[in-house]
Amino acid sequence: MATYLEFIQQNEERDGVRFSWNVWPSSRLEATRMVVPLACLLTPLKERPDLPPVQYEPVLCSRPTCKAVLNPLCQVDYRAKLWACNFCFQRNQFPPAYGGISEVNQPAELMPQFSTIEYMIQRGAQSPLIFLYVVDTCLEEDDLQALKESLQMSLSLLPPDALVGLITFGRMVQVHELSCEGISKSYVFRGTKDLTAKQIQDMLGLTKPAMPMQQARPVQPQEHPCASTRFLQPVHKIDMNLTDLLGELQRDPWPVTQGKRPLRSTGVALSIAVGLLEGTFPNTGARIMLFTGGPPTQGPGMVVGDELKIPIRSWHDIEKDNARFMKKATKHYEMLANRTAANGHCIDIYACALDQTGLLEMKCCANLTGGYMVMGDSFNTSLFKQTFQRIFTKDFNGDFRMAFGATLDIKTSRELKIAGAIGPCVSLNVKGPCVSENELGVGGTSQWKICGLDPTSTLGIYFEVVNQHNAPIPQGGRGAIQFVTHYQHSSTQRRIRVTTIARNWADVQSQLRHIEAAFDQEAAAVLMARLGVFRAESEEGPDVLRWLDRQLIRLCQKFGQYNKEDPTSFRLSDSFSLYPQTIAQWRKAGYQDMPEYENFKHLLQAPLDDAQEILQARFPMPRYINTEHGGSQARFLLSKVNPSQTHNNLYAWGQETGAPILTDDVSLQVFMDHLKKLAVSSAC
Amino acid sequence: MQISGAVAPAPPSSGLGYGPPTSLASASGSFPNSGLYGSYPQGQAPPLSQAQGHPGIQTSQRSAPSQASGFTPPASGGPRLPSMTGPLLPGQSFGGPSVSQPNHVSSPPPQALPPGTQMTGPLGPLPPMHSPQQSGYQPQQNGSFGPARGPQPNYGSPYPAAPTFGSQSGPQPLPPKRLDPDAIPSPQLSELPPQQKTRHRIDPDAIPSPIQVIEDDRNNRGTEPFVTGVRGQVPPLVTTNFLVKDQGNASPRYIRCTSYNIPCTSDMAKQAQVPLAAVIKPLASLPPEEASPYVVDHGESGPLRCNRCKAYMCPFMQFIEGGRRFQCCFCSCINDVPPQYFQHLDHTGKRVDAYDRPELSLGSYEFLATVDYCKNNKFPSPPAFIFMIDVSYNAIRTGLVRLLCEELKSLLDFLPREGGAEESAIRVGFVTYNKVLHFYNVKSSLAQPQMMVVSDVADMFVPLLDGFLVNINESRAVITSLLDQIPEMFADTRETETVFVPVIQAGMEALKAAECAGKLFLFHTSLPIAEAPGKLKNRDDRKLINTDKEKTLFQPQTGAYQTLAKECVAQGCCVDLFLFPNQYVDVATLSVVPQLTGGSVYKYACFQVENDQERFLSDLRRDVQKVVGFDAVMRVRTSTGIRAVDFFGAFYMSNTTDVELAGLDGDKTVTVEFKHDDRLNEESGALLQCALLYTSCAGQRRLRIHNLALNCCTQLADLYRNCETDTLINYMAKFAYRGVLNSPVKAVRDTLITQCAQILACYRKNCASPSSAGQLILPECMKLLPVYLNCVLKSDVLQPGAEITTDDRAYVRQLVTSMDVAETNVFFYPRLLPLTKSPIESTTEPPAVRASEERLSNGDMYLLENGLNLFLWVGASVQQGVVQSLFSVSSFSQITSGLSVLPVLDNPLSKKVRGLIDSLRAQRSRYMKLIVVKQEDKLEMLFKHFLVEDKSLSGGASYVDFLCHMHKEIRQLLS
Repeated sequence: MATYLEFIQQNEERDGVRFSWNVWPSSRLEATRMVVPLACLLTPLKERPDLPPVQYEPVLCSRPTCKAVLNPLCQVDYRAKLWACNFCFQRNQFPPAYGGISEVNQPAELMPQFSTIEYMIQRGAQSPLIFLYVVDTCLEEDDLQALKESLQMSLSLLPPDALVGLITFGRMVQVHELSCEGISKSYVFRGTKDLTAKQIQDMLGLTKPAMPMQQARPVQPQEHPCASTRFLQPVHKIDMNLTDLLGELQRDPWPVTQGKRPLRSTGVALSIAVGLLEGTFPNTGARIMLFTGGPPTQGPGMVVGDELKIPIRSWHDIEKDNARFMKKATKHYEMLANRTAANGHCIDIYACALDQTGLLEMKCCANLTGGYMVMGDSFNTSLFKQTFQRIFTKDFNGDFRMAFGATLDIKTSRELKIAGAIGPCVSLNVKGPCVSENELGVGGTSQWKICGLDPTSTLGIYFEVVNQHNAPIPQGGRGAIQFVTHYQHSSTQRRIRVTTIARNWADVQSQLRHIEAAFDQEAAAVLMARLGVFRAESEEGPDVLRWLDRQLIRLCQKFGQYNKEDPTSFRLSDSFSLYPQTIAQWRKAGYQDMPEYENFKHLLQAPLDDAQEILQARFPMPRYINTEHGGSQARFLLSKVNPSQTHNNLYAWGQETGAPILTDDVSLQVFMDHLKKLAVSSAC
Repeated sequence: MQISGAVAPAPPSSGLGYGPPTSLASASGSFPNSGLYGSYPQGQAPPLSQAQGHPGIQTSQRSAPSQASGFTPPASGGPRLPSMTGPLLPGQSFGGPSVSQPNHVSSPPPQALPPGTQMTGPLGPLPPMHSPQQSGYQPQQNGSFGPARGPQPNYGSPYPAAPTFGSQSGPQPLPPKRLDPDAIPSPQLSELPPQQKTRHRIDPDAIPSPIQVIEDDRNNRGTEPFVTGVRGQVPPLVTTNFLVKDQGNASPRYIRCTSYNIPCTSDMAKQAQVPLAAVIKPLASLPPEEASPYVVDHGESGPLRCNRCKAYMCPFMQFIEGGRRFQCCFCSCINDVPPQYFQHLDHTGKRVDAYDRPELSLGSYEFLATVDYCKNNKFPSPPAFIFMIDVSYNAIRTGLVRLLCEELKSLLDFLPREGGAEESAIRVGFVTYNKVLHFYNVKSSLAQPQMMVVSDVADMFVPLLDGFLVNINESRAVITSLLDQIPEMFADTRETETVFVPVIQAGMEALKAAECAGKLFLFHTSLPIAEAPGKLKNRDDRKLINTDKEKTLFQPQTGAYQTLAKECVAQGCCVDLFLFPNQYVDVATLSVVPQLTGGSVYKYACFQVENDQERFLSDLRRDVQKVVGFDAVMRVRTSTGIRAVDFFGAFYMSNTTDVELAGLDGDKTVTVEFKHDDRLNEESGALLQCALLYTSCAGQRRLRIHNLALNCCTQLADLYRNCETDTLINYMAKFAYRGVLNSPVKAVRDTLITQCAQILACYRKNCASPSSAGQLILPECMKLLPVYLNCVLKSDVLQPGAEITTDDRAYVRQLVTSMDVAETNVFFYPRLLPLTKSPIESTTEPPAVRASEERLSNGDMYLLENGLNLFLWVGASVQQGVVQSLFSVSSFSQITSGLSVLPVLDNPLSKKVRGLIDSLRAQRSRYMKLIVVKQEDKLEMLFKHFLVEDKSLSGGASYVDFLCHMHKEIRQLLS
């Protein structure tokens, strides 16, 4: 057998799954002592050029509480045409279409190489993808111009039959009607007034005219489609029209007096966008793309007032509970995000400004719906332009790399339960036998909704081993997990991707080394980081840091080789050596979810060619700063690299060249020293 | 408002009786107009003693002593005209029975009169509405009439039972030989046709004739210019064409008073009950021969004002101390003359530059206002017009929207301009609406207009700033494109519901955002029932008529409209409303905002393009083109002793002195009532100064000042001699029309009747020579008061007929509120012009005839107009040739009844009649749609409604009946 490294890599490529532990501790108690929970990173739509979808529907276990999909791990009785569910052990009859199966004539889903398989569903009406642009007009002239160009360009990238809509906002919010000839028409809303979905739909004329009591006039058949499609039109029909409309877009005309911020009604604009789609296309794939150039300054969701003399909230304000608008704004955007998620739509936020734009308050919009959040200095930068363009890239099949309205359903074998998920998803609150009572992340359910996802979207899924210590699992026993993802493919088909995996159980007492060897420290670092971030949402920052530290120390105590009270004796196996460093990095990054920074170090250490290559591959496009030693921009770099020299220890270390790095972070060396000391300490 | 509060008359009147002796001559000479109606039939021509037997109506001749001064009461007789009165001739009686009857309704039938007593006697059954003893109304006069209303005890005895009343046995206090200039001889014997005599009725020719009075005034005063230099002059009647020369007092085109000689004390005023009021039309348009007010620019220091009362410099200010100071003519405060304004005085104490300075020599002039007079201390921007067009189903279906958009394309070139400006400074904007609003961006840089829909009508706002209000010339292409597209865009609309308040709010907010004043032109079709602020329900209920709740029909349904109006006024947003209802739209509520913002309401019921296009377009053109002052405040200052206490018109008041007008045009009038707060002085008279601060249509802030000096009198006779009945009626109508908002209509009518009776009784008691109580003696200047007042009383608002809708009543009510004197005059007493009596080649208007069916000859045709309606009545036996040349049909029966356009025919009669119609229309501020009415046709009922001297279907009294009733009321007061 290959090394675990290869095994991990192989599994990731085939199934899009990486577990923290690839050999599972066989009892609850032992699992808890492992410190790093049994969990996996799941990339539901992992790109599989070699995996053509099958054109039929999956066969499900007939037990209503199970409904697992037939998979290679199932035992099949070819003679009796029966199969046993490997999760609930229910014996199922094959459907009539499977009449001809035999050991040599197996359907794809029974073949081991199809541990991940994708089904194409023909049922149900297909509806086109929807792109709703929500555009801030309180921008500087060149910013707006750049944004307009990007948007115009994007029209040529959209699928021709996709529906597109335009909402612009500044002091007011304008919903543009795209269907009319001659006079261009838009519906205007006050930027300060919170409207319910019903009000928005009434005002946009989306509700069917109520005809109380009198059925005299039959409803005209085309009336409804007309109403809803006034704002959302197929790209191929109105791209000229929309190009002109975008071209004529002006900066918000309302005067901004000296000392004021422009009045920006982001909250209402987003609310209207959500309400519009909610009323017209619930549960179809739709992307609300918000482009904003500054913080919301009025109405629901405002983050800062329009007085320039009062600066936008800082971390300091937030810690002191002194951020006046934060709670209300966060609540507003959360409400919107939840509604959007319920409708299966997603929200992207493209925030380009030198100052803050209130992403903190708005983050849930992207987080809960699987949207992108991109932050840049200006719309007139390649960072934004290329990132935006990259959203519309296509895969090897010529399909857009995006999918919508997914539900992820997870089945586990009996020894495992699902503790929760962390990622761009919301719970569907589906209780079942495999749902754990202990929650990690978004728990209490076996199903989640992921409104927008692409081939790299990854969730952290956390499990709990529930097998009791006194009920050992037979040697060689395997646990299985099945991930079933229903989603709307960018080609508008409904698809189901099923991934079924299995791992060996091992007894910690006797097989610790096995388990240790099967530790995926990268995955573990990420999974722990997600947990840390998730906890930070609700807990105080220092507490989370302390928790992370303690977990790390416990891990080292468990797996390190050392003599008690002797830090110098401490040694970790290869499979663990990177983990503390990564954690150190994460620790420094605090609880900000900025994965690009993790790679920054590598990026900047690589030659420029490498940099370009990486720039091309990453999404969102990283901010690329070319600097040199001593250059002013070097501070960005220095603040991220391992601060082995700081103002604290410069003179102690003394000899080497280079400027001290002004940071509160400890150097990795110091960190490791402390870690070792604590790990070997018996007091801990 | 109590009628008792009313004081201050000011009527136009025949040229008699005041002023120069010449008028005396004319008075005596032309007897007919002197009020001796009986006499003008040759019968009792010089009605000396022999005339006296005639009972009846007398108008007291103004016994023209040379000036207002020194008038002696008629009793002293001297130079005045002889007239009948005195003892009744045997066998003659007037008003007999009714007088003795406390309740005229039950007055004994005419036959009770001794045979042979003619005409006057029984006053017929009196109209039910005046029943004197209805307790509903307490005459609140000052003591002088005492308990007049408790009729029975005393008058019962002097005038014992009815039948004999007329006879000489009646208590006739006067010596038989007395000449009484005020008495009207009864026409009876001489001229009444026999059969009339037997009917015991009053000869209509014997009672004061409006036509005669108007004619006389035209003849007497229409030739010479009216020079305003002399204090207290009564101007010619509004029906007379005359030129005005401003020599220190405001032209009567700007200000008319109920009386030009006001009592010195409030006691006198209370006794007379003559309302003291001025009807002010600050921006009146002038005939081309008269110069509009000069604009005075005092530079940065602004207009010179009294430090204490803030009155503006005017010709009545007294310069003293060699010109270094001036004494305010209003409050007597002594002010320093600023150095830059100093000028020496001549030997008469007048500034030597008096005639170079309009403010020192003219009655009316303007000041350029400084920035202190501007809102927020900022010079105003040019105003804007916003056209707000209902595009609901009804508006589209009738073709209104298409018509309007087509018209606007050309009409916008005629926005009002300042002086010789090349283009109008006014910017325009467009909104269409049904239950949502559509704003249009018509910025010149756009290829196509942009529509912005605002559906949030509950919380209205303006969605755009730039491109909404534009210069017409810059954005012409976009605007034209918009106006082309509007009818198309909504051609298939099914939306029937409309909103109203949000529309006005939107307009107002747009003006606010643009920081300017302006005017909204609203074209609206239906009751606003869509869910929005100001939503209305149909609450029309004819059953309320004649109940205590009738007033609710005139009141707005909700307070939202007043609140909105208030906001509009604060912004200088004037609203003109064009209504095109098919059914009840609640004019009473919808007109609140136009009314309070100085706007106009136009109503085209059941609008159809074919029939109403001309009328609507003509009104629209005039309305859009007329010069308007925006964001105006009017203040009327008075000299010590009197004070402006009440105001009537289309405006808003947030305090008791400032009349705020979001917009004020040349048609709008404010009637101001004055009361005494101190004693006045005959010598110094009384001064009025009306100051109007406004923004011109080019955005210039100005002050227009009108000054008027009035005489004061210690003798009531002077008051009565200098009254103007037309102005009085204007005041009384407005007073009554406002009264219906708060009081039952019947109470309002009774108030008017009582006041009128008190006015006349006071005259009779204090000014007329003693005569038989059976005689009705009217002051010369007020001899038309009864007939005109009767017209007011029987008008649609105060006495609705079955055919008049609630909306029409509310509409008329608010129209009258801002009418000037000429308009109320013709509105209440329509003009009836015979068409074939005068020679066909005559170019002048034919002399009018009295508005009574009796005056119609079935061989003739008549035009009748009242400023709003225009009828052509065709007699059944009109010559065929006439029919042919006018209607191009061969016989009477072929004339289409209800025709509204006369065929254009090339013959003198057709040309003349059409020319006459055009000229009548040109005189009125609203287009009068012609209706051709054939005698004996069913449309004739409509026409007859305007024959105001006749009894009306709705129960209104005939002139004669009312006069008799009035007589009785007076006698009750006197006894």
